[in-house]
Amino acid sequence: MSWDRVAVDLVGLALIAFIVWFFWLVKAKGVHAAPTSGGYQEQMVLVKGGYTPDVIVVEAGKPVRLNFVRQESASCSEMVLLPAFGKSAKLPEGATVPVEFLPRERGEFEFACQMGMFRGKVIVE
Amino acid sequence: MSLCAAPPGTQRAELVLSGLSCPACVRTVEEALRGVPGVESASLNLATAHAFVDYDPSRTSLVAIHDAIKKAGYRVGLGRARFRIKGMTCASCVTRIEGALKATPGVIRGTVSVGTEEAEVEYDLGATNLHTVKAAVASAGYPVIEGPPPSSPSAVDQEATAREHEYRTFMRQWWFGAAVGTFTMIMSYPWLFPGLGSLFPRDSHRLWYMWAGMGVASLAVMLYSGRHFFTGAWQALKHRSANMHTLIALGTGVAWIYSTIALLFPAMFPSREFADVYYDVTVVVIALVDLGLAMELKAKGRTSDAIKKLVGLQAKTARVLRDGRELDIPVEEVLVGDTVVVRPGEKIPVDGKVVEGTSAVDESMVTGESLPVEKQVGDEVIGATMNTTGAFRFVATKVGKDTALANIVRMVQDAQGSKVPIQRIVDVVSGYFTPSVAILAILGFMVWYTFGPEPRVVYGLIVAVTTLIIACPCALGMATPMSLTTGVGLGALNGILIRGGDALQSAEKLQTVILDKTGTITHGKPVLTDVVVGPGFDEATLLRLAGGVEKSSEHPLAAAIVEGAKAKGLALPDPSSFAAIPGHGIEATVEGRVLLLGNAKLMRDRKVALGDLEARAQQLADDGKTPMFAAIDGKPAGILAVADTVRADSLAAIQVLKSMALEVVMMTGDNERTGKAIARQVGIERVLAEVLPQDKAFNVQKLQLEGKRVAMVGDGINDAPALAQADVGFAIGTGTDVAIAASDITLIKGSLRGVVTAIQISRATMRNVYQNLTGAFIYNILGLPVALGILYPLFGILLSPLLAALAMSFSSVTVIANANRLKRWRPS
Repeated sequence: MSWDRVAVDLVGLALIAFIVWFFWLVKAKGVHAAPTSGGYQEQMVLVKGGYTPDVIVVEAGKPVRLNFVRQESASCSEMVLLPAFGKSAKLPEGATVPVEFLPRERGEFEFACQMGMFRGKVIVE
Repeated sequence: MSLCAAPPGTQRAELVLSGLSCPACVRTVEEALRGVPGVESASLNLATAHAFVDYDPSRTSLVAIHDAIKKAGYRVGLGRARFRIKGMTCASCVTRIEGALKATPGVIRGTVSVGTEEAEVEYDLGATNLHTVKAAVASAGYPVIEGPPPSSPSAVDQEATAREHEYRTFMRQWWFGAAVGTFTMIMSYPWLFPGLGSLFPRDSHRLWYMWAGMGVASLAVMLYSGRHFFTGAWQALKHRSANMHTLIALGTGVAWIYSTIALLFPAMFPSREFADVYYDVTVVVIALVDLGLAMELKAKGRTSDAIKKLVGLQAKTARVLRDGRELDIPVEEVLVGDTVVVRPGEKIPVDGKVVEGTSAVDESMVTGESLPVEKQVGDEVIGATMNTTGAFRFVATKVGKDTALANIVRMVQDAQGSKVPIQRIVDVVSGYFTPSVAILAILGFMVWYTFGPEPRVVYGLIVAVTTLIIACPCALGMATPMSLTTGVGLGALNGILIRGGDALQSAEKLQTVILDKTGTITHGKPVLTDVVVGPGFDEATLLRLAGGVEKSSEHPLAAAIVEGAKAKGLALPDPSSFAAIPGHGIEATVEGRVLLLGNAKLMRDRKVALGDLEARAQQLADDGKTPMFAAIDGKPAGILAVADTVRADSLAAIQVLKSMALEVVMMTGDNERTGKAIARQVGIERVLAEVLPQDKAFNVQKLQLEGKRVAMVGDGINDAPALAQADVGFAIGTGTDVAIAASDITLIKGSLRGVVTAIQISRATMRNVYQNLTGAFIYNILGLPVALGILYPLFGILLSPLLAALAMSFSSVTVIANANRLKRWRPS
């Protein structure tokens, strides 16, 4: 095998390893939702090409309010679903849409847009 | 609720409850209230439905008390209002207004949104009113804007405008890309065109400059037509995820960079044919995918037509009676308790109860029932339905967000946003999909570079780019939501509210349908069915006297006789004496004659010889009817038979259910004989008779233990536990009470035909989902290997990236088009 082939294959394998590591192996650190005087754990979530933050850590047994702000017009993200909590909301562009739920059990619960292109996670501790 | 004298340190709240119907409820609520830490005492008045709670405000709050009542299954009479607020500029305003609201006695919840500049307030109707609430907000320094809040119709319009805007942007981007693309495609291979070939020969300076110009033009296409792919990919990357944007950006970006290097540093490549440019790939792929997205958007807009249609039903104005004058006001300003005037041909603005006049109302838009429904004093009318010929007045009972239509719209929106269980598998797959495609593309390049024919770099590049472009996570992601949205919308337009994807998928797989007899198969109201006349009497006399006597009775069967007599146009006399004989019947004097009405035992006790009437009575009883003997002046006068009658369309609906390979079972609290009689009439073989109300859920479970997937059809109130136990609970709704919690599917129109339609819609929708998913999977499973060049060694076929872009756009448009095909479904 000529040297250039070996080099290309090595670079290719390195790239594959990088993709696996980047998308699947690294765990994102979560953001703790801030408790408010009203007893809610509140967190602002920016919807723009994804959810920022996309991992939200909350405490079990206390109501959570996620305020989604969608700052893009792509119709992909016009809806957010929290199937584990039976909630969904339409997100008009620019508006703040609160989604409230009560996490009872510990665990990791996904939220996503209708097509599952954007994903986020609520970690209940 | 009012706050008044109470022990020191505690406060007393008076709450108005609803849903209290029995003495047992009182205990439930009281115990629930006493269970709240901080509540000192709680007492309930069943007659007035008022609860008095003494609580320590430092330890608990009204909110907690309300929640406790809610958890116990009852509701507190709450008012809800939404209004706009002026001058909200910052987030701290929210805190201030919410603080002001919370400080207002009687306000349970107040939330303020900066985005919409709206406040949403829940308040206790007993303690405060909307005026006070608004005044509280104004006193915090924020004037309330009077007038209609931005209601849902405008929200739907906004969405449509936004969609239209996005569509136009995509189309502009497509036209720009297409224009540059046509030119680029021709100039990439000028030697293929006679005339051009001699103008731009290979390796000429002229061609080099032309290609350099194309490089700049394609950069412009990437920046204008393709910017959203690159920004989208970048945003996704920041979240460590990848999507369609990532793939398109990678594919087109790699092609552009390769071309530019080939153009600027041809010396880097071992031979001339390596140094060709592929700008056409970049430009045409971006243009085609933009076109695909535009078409997708158009098709998607149609998918949510159902909501638009429903919201569009809402009346804009209402004519209400205030201070004795008729006023035309916006429908948002109608209050509960207003008297609304409806003229012939007008739309009914809100839900209410008729207080004057009669008419027939076309409710097809809400219930799907095609025939106009007669309305008299006391009947419910549904907002957004159309009055036909008569004029009437009604008192508004539900307005704004609480109307049947608003509930329907909300339920449909929620359901459309839910997920079909099968989607969860798809979600897992699509989480790995995009990075896997990128890995495949790299592997493809490696294999072609290592083992492929010369020019290896070019083949590797084409394969990698084609692989990136052809993979379509969109088709996969859209397959179920698009069908679900269409299916749920389709249901709503046919008077069927499907709670979500779960219900839809379960309804498709049903094997057994249990029908509650009373109120589901039958009308649930006894009517006079047979009159047998004894020797020497005539029907009119018998009915007239019996009807006159029964006017004084409160027995439900009595009402049937009175109705029956009135229907024959008889004038009913008043009895001069009347005595109920418990367990036997009645004895009365009317028009100077003594009338006995009751069972056989009564007749035996009074020594009335029944003769052959007894055999007739037995026959009637065998048919599931309730016979009553009548004797006038001691002589047998005849039999009046009363029965709950079968709804007109029950038989047909049950036949269709059976033809759909569903086992139909009837459940009833009646005795076996009555149950079987009705079952015979509608063609049901299996009857579960003498089932006590509390055992209904258990009987559903028994059928489930036979290994069947069971649907329960009931009225949603008495049958709630059974509905919840069943795999799919169908609640047969009545008019305005559409949000029935225990059911998975609510039929607004009280007919079994709705069950048939609902199951048919579920089957059609799920079939559509499977078609879409299969299509999307097959497309990707076939497309990827072909793009990777698996056919090349055998047939010499290698896919062009341009064809891949076309196929990719086509696949997602197909998925949506297939979902839209569902809309053509019509109930059979």
